[in-house]
Amino acid sequence: MVRSNSTFVPKVIAFLCNWCSYAGADLAGVTRIQYPTNIRIIRVPCSGGINPLYIIKALQNGADGVLVSGCHPGDCHYISGNLVVLRKFELLKKFLEYLGIESERVQFSWVSAAEGMRFAQIIEKVTNDVKKLGPLMHFRKDMPIKTNE
Amino acid sequence: MNELQNKIIDVIRELLATKKINLFIGYGNGTLPLKTTPYFVEHANSADKLVWNSFCSNNLAVYLPYVMSDRKTRVGILCKGCDSRSVIGLIKEKQIKRQDIFIIGVPCPGILNSKKILTQLNVDEIEDINEDVDNIIVKFKDGKKKFRKSEYLYGCCINCSHPNPMIYDVLIGEMKSISAQPDSTIKEFSAKTRKERWKIFEDELARCIRCYACRNACPNCYCKECFAEETKPKWMGATNSPSDIIFFHIGRIFHQTGRCVDCGACVRACPIDLNLRLFTRILVDEAKERFGFEPGLSLEEPLLFGTFSLSDRSECMTEPK
Repeated sequence: MVRSNSTFVPKVIAFLCNWCSYAGADLAGVTRIQYPTNIRIIRVPCSGGINPLYIIKALQNGADGVLVSGCHPGDCHYISGNLVVLRKFELLKKFLEYLGIESERVQFSWVSAAEGMRFAQIIEKVTNDVKKLGPLMHFRKDMPIKTNE
Repeated sequence: MNELQNKIIDVIRELLATKKINLFIGYGNGTLPLKTTPYFVEHANSADKLVWNSFCSNNLAVYLPYVMSDRKTRVGILCKGCDSRSVIGLIKEKQIKRQDIFIIGVPCPGILNSKKILTQLNVDEIEDINEDVDNIIVKFKDGKKKFRKSEYLYGCCINCSHPNPMIYDVLIGEMKSISAQPDSTIKEFSAKTRKERWKIFEDELARCIRCYACRNACPNCYCKECFAEETKPKWMGATNSPSDIIFFHIGRIFHQTGRCVDCGACVRACPIDLNLRLFTRILVDEAKERFGFEPGLSLEEPLLFGTFSLSDRSECMTEPK
């Protein structure tokens, strides 16, 4: 599958926490706020449960970007899940950037259940960022095999 | 060096004879010149086969979770600076119990890269090796050659800032003053463009044969089932496709965040000499710089990902424009 930049439609995987961000996305829908349709939502119990391997695996299997969204600090349903995972997020972003995978492809945000508007804006920002970068071809599972010529 | 070795042997013999420990993990002479091998001693009379020299490269902490799982009595272990930090990591991650192990601490003089020396020598047979504080003299059939130790150290030993054991029950030798050279390779690598960085990473890993030696040599990799072999979920295919190799290495290296003590065991274990340290070291540095965290310094400090602080800077979060 060849995807040129001009017709590039990014695919963004969004891991949304059940208690805040997923409800925020729901509110955005109910209030009929328009936002890009490039995201594929996966509902998770808590942003604290996101294994960095999920993110890397998504990128390997064809996602051009990943968004992880949870409750605002202090609002976590499980008290501190979103705070515990914060260090992991920061270092993962730093590590991917260090290796040469653009850090804008992996984004994290806090969205509460009352912030439908904010959710739409964040999706817009993430989609635009990924669109600018073009398709992620670094280590895709279906990338063309290189020959030693 | 020989003095220290004799002291170690005496202490171990005593410990085994009085049944304070019933197994000791140390170093023995390897089958190849300038190599040592992990050596397990169970009887006091075989303690004299233990050695201590500048080629004791293995991180012995890697064996502890395995030998402790079916043993009720104490196990002794020889610990350099990095080994002791790995031991602390294993205790903190509840893989072993402090009271079950007896640690013989040895300040580390820095471990020599035997491959580097052997390529310089280019002789068939080595007859004898002598070493003093600064030099190592290798005798072979037609003569002898002197090597300055400081020029043949492993990369991780040059940049080592913790050569002294962090915990020990018995300390043998004198504590070393710390003379770490800062590592400039990370800065140089970061200064390159994204494309160049990825090219280097990709090209380096293109040589990987996925033997998992880096994982097996690492004391932090004690998982009974590694994500590399897990089938539910199946994280990666079993082929040697570049995509799977890269996935394995990103996964493995990131799994060591806040746990890697930069002992270099993965680099030494690699049969094709991948420069893995270039990629593992960044997370060690970042954890230290951002969260002031260095693994394996004390038993009390919580794990990097096991705790959080409200003052953690959250500059990575996305805000709508």
